[in-house]
Amino acid sequence: MNAVSQASPSAGQGARIVTIDVLRYRPEQESTPSWQSYAVPCCEEWTVLDALNHIKDHLDGSLSYRWSCHMAVCGSCGMMVNGNPTLSCKAFMRDLPDRISIAPLANLGVIRDLVVQQNRLLDGLLAVKSWLIPRELPPRDDQYRQTPAQLAKYRPLTMCINCMLCYAACPQVALNEGYVGPAALALAQRYNLDSRDGGALERMQTTASDDGVWECTFIGECSEVCPKHVDPAGAIQQMKLASSLQWLAQRAPGGSSS
Amino acid sequence: MHTVHADVIIVGAGGAGLRAAIAVAQSDPALRVALVSKVYPMRSHTVAAEGGAAGVIKSPDTLDAHFNDTVSGGDWLCDQDAVEHFVEQAPKSLRQLEHWGCPWNRDDAGGVQVRSFGGMKHQRTWFAADKSGFHILHTLFQTSQQFPSIQRFDEVFALDLLCADGAVGGITALHMQSGEPIVFLARAVIIATGGAGRVFPFTTNGAIKTGDGMAMAYRAGVPLKDIEFVQYHPTGLPGTGILITEGARGEGGLLVNKDGYRYLQDYNLGPPEPHPRPKAMELGPRDRLSQAFWHEQRKGRTIKSAFGDVVHLDIRHLGEKVIDERLPMVRELARAYVGVDPVHAPIPIRPVVHYSMGGIDTNINAATQIDGLYAAGECACVSINGANRLGSNSLTEILVFGEQAGLHAAQHARTHPATAETQWQPAIAASFAAVHALLERPKSSETLVGLRSELHELMEGAAGIYREQATLREASDKVAVLRQRYRTLAIDDHSMVFNTQLFQALELGAMLDVGEAMVHAALARRESRGAHQRLDFPERDDQHFLHHSLVHYGGEQPPSLSTKPVTITRSPPAARVYGGATT
Repeated sequence: MNAVSQASPSAGQGARIVTIDVLRYRPEQESTPSWQSYAVPCCEEWTVLDALNHIKDHLDGSLSYRWSCHMAVCGSCGMMVNGNPTLSCKAFMRDLPDRISIAPLANLGVIRDLVVQQNRLLDGLLAVKSWLIPRELPPRDDQYRQTPAQLAKYRPLTMCINCMLCYAACPQVALNEGYVGPAALALAQRYNLDSRDGGALERMQTTASDDGVWECTFIGECSEVCPKHVDPAGAIQQMKLASSLQWLAQRAPGGSSS
Repeated sequence: MHTVHADVIIVGAGGAGLRAAIAVAQSDPALRVALVSKVYPMRSHTVAAEGGAAGVIKSPDTLDAHFNDTVSGGDWLCDQDAVEHFVEQAPKSLRQLEHWGCPWNRDDAGGVQVRSFGGMKHQRTWFAADKSGFHILHTLFQTSQQFPSIQRFDEVFALDLLCADGAVGGITALHMQSGEPIVFLARAVIIATGGAGRVFPFTTNGAIKTGDGMAMAYRAGVPLKDIEFVQYHPTGLPGTGILITEGARGEGGLLVNKDGYRYLQDYNLGPPEPHPRPKAMELGPRDRLSQAFWHEQRKGRTIKSAFGDVVHLDIRHLGEKVIDERLPMVRELARAYVGVDPVHAPIPIRPVVHYSMGGIDTNINAATQIDGLYAAGECACVSINGANRLGSNSLTEILVFGEQAGLHAAQHARTHPATAETQWQPAIAASFAAVHALLERPKSSETLVGLRSELHELMEGAAGIYREQATLREASDKVAVLRQRYRTLAIDDHSMVFNTQLFQALELGAMLDVGEAMVHAALARRESRGAHQRLDFPERDDQHFLHHSLVHYGGEQPPSLSTKPVTITRSPPAARVYGGATT
């Protein structure tokens, strides 16, 4: 009847068998994580997420991980694939060898299997006040004016999907539990650079604090792993500069020294 | 078990739920909002919407034009009072998002840009490149953080509504990370859980779009309205079903068959001008375009691919600069998922289940027939979308009716006294007992994957782009059997911590309920209107079917059906005309 019949990829004849080692952790039955191997018949069109779904549907229903959109925009399915922070819905089996390893995102507490704590990001977003703090009240019954050039200044930083790959890549996130973190700092700068915003000084209370931008040692891994080409490392460098200028301004004659 | 006392409970933290939460917080900071979602807000499926949000912004466009496009696009099944409210509020709602920081595309003078969209007479679709839903969702989420009265309960899975004597008193839920049962009590509840595309196997919808909220309301006695109307988006990627935005056609993209021929001209959508006029050819409505594909396929004029037949969406003539500025995600998705760079080659596409026009029966205030229970967004049917939604009306809908739901729920919460927890003990116990039984059932011949596959097969076979009596009747019998078999389902995973198999099983329960309602409503509507096309009743029949379908939950029995009049204020039903015949 319906011409648009189901045509989703499914493993069939000729599928390549890939051994997928998954670092599992079930807190109700084991005190430390352990590896489990699955032999998965994979289509080359599959993503790593499709392979995990095959495991869950056909091999082991107890494997836990998050996913939703399958198009690299919801930010749910980050995990370590062969040791690299990766969005599993955007990593293709055709690019991977016959044996791969999958582990939960590094540097974040593991709840179960590939499911990690998200509070590091959520707390950071709140702490930096990642929302528009208006420079002036909006015009009545009208928009703020913003030219394409003004939009272009902050737009790349709006592309963050909150997937937390940058937290898994950042050595400072691992070393300092209090560090605000790359994505939250990038989103703070996203608003700082928005022509409608006047909240940069207010945000500095967090971003320029001991746990803010000065914790960053500019390794740049966050920008390397970002699936959306956001450049948190660059944003953090800009904020360091702004913070230094503010420090100097406060101490200059006539400055508002505190 | 623990209990949370709130004033307004919102189930779902996507666009509609977040907008509702902000509306409550702004209208009365003393009201405690419990924002409950099975995912973190930014994972909600609003994130995947691409093309934009409709709202009249500049001449020669008018509110009347937006009204007329929406009503005719919906094949006169829209409630016109709701559409009037919608088009009036749309510009204000979109401007509000601008004031909150949404990065809309801009013209050189600094104003917001608008683009063409299918079935719309004028350019009125506000857009943020082709990630409009993503930016709307993140803007709303980030804005919501500043209101201390909004308390989020992320990764809390809602189970059942607590209702008695025609009024709502709260919900039961499970904390996903611990498995702990939670009861939320409040005088007002808003459902904003989105659609149910996952009832079908081939869909643009994310894994979370399983109709949970629709099923919650339905089981509590609110009918599902016009639930037979399922929108196929004409341009999804083969295999994955990933959406390629209608914005691609809004910018000038063309659809061609295996002969390179712009086949839409054969389906009353011509003339095939190089850049189609509004409401013609590639800028026709989604139902007509998906139906045209079906006919092309029957004529053998589609292209074979490894994942079913396709046609081509060609945007090469737009050039790399325009594509990167206005359609960057189209390029990114096509390269990654089908290995095609649309700057240099056409994109293979096919129709894919995208949107549910129907949903929880609400009135213009987003209120259901249960006192204190509201619904907004795709899970609701208000109805502004009628028999076929126009692209870019739904992102605006979540804003307009999300706000509406928030304001009315706040008002309700202020004027209605709290109910005592003791009143709900039997209902609470029954809700958690059902989950416990599923979790503990040791062994069964029924599997989650088996039942879900059978549901998918019968929905696609019977309730696709074209439908007819015999297959629908067979499907209605089969889905009843599936629901019966579901009651004996056992799962392998009996743990409490983040048991995704348990949640998938609960989602399947919702999908079976919603799927059954779709099939029954489709069977009863013996006409063709908008997205509901019957091979055995090919014409629209206003004499017998110019009404909303209401499907009432029947428990272990099949559902029952009734109807409700369509509100017509100023646009009497007329022929639905696209292409050169459009005025």
